[in-house]
Amino acid sequence: MELENILQTLKQELDQIDDVQALNELKAKYLGKKGSITEFSSKIKDLPLEEKKTFGASLNKIKTEATNMIEVKREELETALLNKKLESESIDIALPSTKIPMGSPNIVEKIVEEVEELFMSMGYDVVDGPEIEEDRYNFELLNIPKGHPARDAQDTFYLKDDEILLRSQTSPVQVRTMLEGKGEKPIRMICPGKTYRRDNDDATHSHQFMQIEGLLIDREVSLSDLKGTFDVLAKKLFGEDCQTRFRPSHYQFTEPSVEMDINCHSCKGKGCSICKNTGWLTVSGAGMVHPNVLKNCGYDPKEWKGFAFGFGAERLAMESYGIDDLRIFYTNDLREIKTFDRKEAE
Amino acid sequence: MIDLEWVKDYIDIEDQDLKELAVKITEAGINVEKIITNHIDNLVIGEVTKCEMHPDSDHLHVCEVNIGKETVQIVCGAPNVREGLKVIVALPGAILPDNFEIKKSKIRGVESNGMICALYELGLEEKTEEAYNRGIEELESTAKVGADPLKFLNLDDTLYELDVHKHRNNDCYYHIGFAYEIACILNRKVTLPKQDTNPINDNIKNHFELKVETEKCPYYLAKMVTDVKVGPSPEFIKRRLNAYGMRSINNVVDISNYVMLEYGQPLHFFDKDSLGDKIIVRDAKDEEKIKTLDGIDRVLKTSDIVITDGNKPVCIAGIMGGEETEVTENTKTILIESAIFDSVSIRYTAANLDLRSEASIRYGKGLSYEYTEKAVERACHLLEKYAGAKVLSGTIKHDKVDKTPKIATFTVDEINSMLGITLTEDDIRTELNRLDFEFQYQDGKFITTIPSRRLDVDPNVNDIAEEVGRLYGYHNLVSTLPKCEIRKGEYIGDVKYRKIISKRLRSLGLNESKTYTLTSPAMAKTFKYEDKENAVLPNPMSIDKSVVRTSLIPSLLNVYDYNKARKVNDVMLYEISKTYDANHNEESKIAILMSGNYILNEWSKATIKIDFYLVKGIIENILDYLGFKNRYAFEAEVLPEIHPGIGARILLDRKPIGIIGKVHPKVSKDDIYVAELSLNSLMVKVKPIKFKAAPKYPGIVKDMAFAINKEVSSKTIEDVIKKVGGRLLTNINVFDVYTGENVKEDEKSLAYSLTFQDPNKTLTEEEVNTVFENIIKNVEAKTNAKLRDK
Repeated sequence: MELENILQTLKQELDQIDDVQALNELKAKYLGKKGSITEFSSKIKDLPLEEKKTFGASLNKIKTEATNMIEVKREELETALLNKKLESESIDIALPSTKIPMGSPNIVEKIVEEVEELFMSMGYDVVDGPEIEEDRYNFELLNIPKGHPARDAQDTFYLKDDEILLRSQTSPVQVRTMLEGKGEKPIRMICPGKTYRRDNDDATHSHQFMQIEGLLIDREVSLSDLKGTFDVLAKKLFGEDCQTRFRPSHYQFTEPSVEMDINCHSCKGKGCSICKNTGWLTVSGAGMVHPNVLKNCGYDPKEWKGFAFGFGAERLAMESYGIDDLRIFYTNDLREIKTFDRKEAE
Repeated sequence: MIDLEWVKDYIDIEDQDLKELAVKITEAGINVEKIITNHIDNLVIGEVTKCEMHPDSDHLHVCEVNIGKETVQIVCGAPNVREGLKVIVALPGAILPDNFEIKKSKIRGVESNGMICALYELGLEEKTEEAYNRGIEELESTAKVGADPLKFLNLDDTLYELDVHKHRNNDCYYHIGFAYEIACILNRKVTLPKQDTNPINDNIKNHFELKVETEKCPYYLAKMVTDVKVGPSPEFIKRRLNAYGMRSINNVVDISNYVMLEYGQPLHFFDKDSLGDKIIVRDAKDEEKIKTLDGIDRVLKTSDIVITDGNKPVCIAGIMGGEETEVTENTKTILIESAIFDSVSIRYTAANLDLRSEASIRYGKGLSYEYTEKAVERACHLLEKYAGAKVLSGTIKHDKVDKTPKIATFTVDEINSMLGITLTEDDIRTELNRLDFEFQYQDGKFITTIPSRRLDVDPNVNDIAEEVGRLYGYHNLVSTLPKCEIRKGEYIGDVKYRKIISKRLRSLGLNESKTYTLTSPAMAKTFKYEDKENAVLPNPMSIDKSVVRTSLIPSLLNVYDYNKARKVNDVMLYEISKTYDANHNEESKIAILMSGNYILNEWSKATIKIDFYLVKGIIENILDYLGFKNRYAFEAEVLPEIHPGIGARILLDRKPIGIIGKVHPKVSKDDIYVAELSLNSLMVKVKPIKFKAAPKYPGIVKDMAFAINKEVSSKTIEDVIKKVGGRLLTNINVFDVYTGENVKEDEKSLAYSLTFQDPNKTLTEEEVNTVFENIIKNVEAKTNAKLRDK
């Protein structure tokens, strides 16, 4: 075989090859110990000195070229092989996924946590206390002595002789926090928790429900500060365009007392059946802490002031998520709860 | 309910739009819930100028009616319609009761432009046969054509239905009290009604003796009138009582009710001749009986107050009078009682007898002493005027009321800083004048006396701020935020643990449930794995909710059943709640219930079914997360309502903190796994996180398998392996549990793969073999296990 033709022959042979093994054999045929190209190099020693140089150079060049050609072919073959393998491995990505289990919060707990996070960001601690309470924490220290008509509205589950009860409100947690503060420390806290009243369970009543109460005690606090705080909460829960208003009200443990309304989200304040044509929905009762309560809990009303507020957590959730039956929170239908495993819309 | 026409007797509000006034009143704190008015638009007085028979009917008339501006043709079917009659005409557009709108129409071919009305058609009278037969209302000839007929008939009263907060429901539910409220809103003055009389020359003291023997009657006032002529009430009293919803009975009874609605003070009228000459007010004797004027025999308790004639009760104080001394048509002489009774006692008696009267409601709310005397005088005035009564001079009185005036001292600054506003001294003066609170201003301080009718206002800055604030208008407050130190709020105590564990459990796939603390005795009896008694409500609402639970598992099982019944098969639940025992000791618990598949993908076979070990894994995950690695253990135990072979006690630092297991098949046929942990037991100190470098030297893994009796826990072998393996043994993994061929029938094979590692050097095969052989030797020696494939 002429040296000049060798690469051309190689090329023709390479074109015929379609697997790696044949390629290895071809490589041996040309570049192996007894390969045709290798054989040419054994001829070098018989050539005259001058020719030796030029022949050697062109042989080397051909050797490199041949190696290259073979390796290029190898890569081609390997790529084709891999592609074939990948093709055989392809899947139907439309088939259903493997569901990663993720639990949801209870619906009412969802809104409670939102309120908690908001108030914690404003420096309020989140505290809870006993659900089986003493009468004095639940009523007496809160300016509701025995025989007071305010007790009638909160028909209470008593466990023992008018002394031990299931708390009818979370306010006793405020009392306990104030007593711990010993009249010396400013207080910022909210106390979401279970409460109990003798109501028959129906769409709007429940013998067990959740309250979120809050308390701020400091030296300089005003009713306008309460209004500002309520605005922050209303906007967070019901959107930036939520309107709020205060109405005079009455509670035994606050004075002045107010009811805090938001404009009806359903009719945007025009009046509808949900808001009884008033355009407003009451979401909270609040007020400035009654001086008697401050005194009872060790804070001197001449030096300290405070505001307190309370929400029905289920009520907030009902307004917020459009729920019309209070019992839903306690049936725990997983088909309903599951939809609450997601972050809030911004 | 308040009649605004009536209120006009005491305050000038002629210029007020009553709808707008209602808004002002509501904004100032008295909620006007409903405005009730008889007013109907497009109602005018008309005069029938021509009346002819309908050409196509034997009873209809075609009338020409002059309504002032014009004359309209109306077809009328009433038999009494006739020329010259003044009538009530509803013109097109008028909306009558039941939403009946008057429209132009043709009646049997004849045009009719309205309707001539009877009172019952306007909802002002009951539709009786008599009213129907009377036909259309015939107005007096003095009626002015074109004017409002209801105004002419004095039937256009507007009433406010109030929803008043408890503290104001004593002074806002009577007309004079409400007039004071309007007065402070509009800054006007109240004029009290006439109460003058011409007493005769005979004193009540000649006829009566009074003794009060109970502390629950701080005030008792009696006055006497004689020569009473019982008859019908004057029109205005009848009409006002009717509008209020009270039936007119006769002038005497009506006057007592009328004065009560004026002053809020219930009066009781005794027939003096049946009563005798003595009144003793005392606590009732146990089982004492009285027939009240509704004809029912009542049995009293010692907590009730009675008015007696010296022997027997003649009236249950503040609730209802006795039949025996009731005012009748033949009554000539009346003893008028105006008293104050202990409000708590009255409420209690009313509830106890299930007898709520207009009087008991008012006594129950508390009364101002100021009006007891005024009310009696007013009643005498009215009886003299409208029942021909002669008023005896003098009163009989028992008065132990504390009349110390309520005086509040405050500064402008105190009010401003309470409300967050900036009023001036003059503003405060104006407000106090509007409230009709007398005051002085001294050394920068206001000293004000609170009128006794305002039982709700206490003499402190907050109460004055409330009065000032509500008149200033809460809608005028500008929102500000408290000026407080900046800090981040925190979850405190058990709440913190509740949140941490709650979030972890949710991310492990469990859904939070919320169930009732009160359960049934049957539920409370189950899953009693602790030595705890239940707290039981002495007066539950129902047996279903009568016991305070000590375990949450029964409630979660209910939730499981609820979901299962709705074809939800994969149920993964948790609840964290407080529980209480009979001594009211609190323990927060974390309960878990899991059933079905944890991960489900049927076509890809990636499904993981929930079993004991998965729930155990959840528990371990929680405990490890809280930092309790190597401090807890599971110990097999037979537990109530748990499968006897699939249950365990969970221990932390060797103390029981909860349970885990499969629900006993006698409780449910489904494969349900439950666990419960004491949250309080987890609120203990743990070591802080410390960095531990990954091992630098390779480990050697060696396997071994033992055959051992089926009953023996794998823990028995594992404990020996751990002990003998010592420091070099860094991991034990069970990779096979096998029964069947090649293993004896009562045995199982447990295969372990052990990892040995030294943090400081590469271990040699010999070093590991020594330990490995030692482990085998010890396991065989200390347990009944035999190494397999030796």
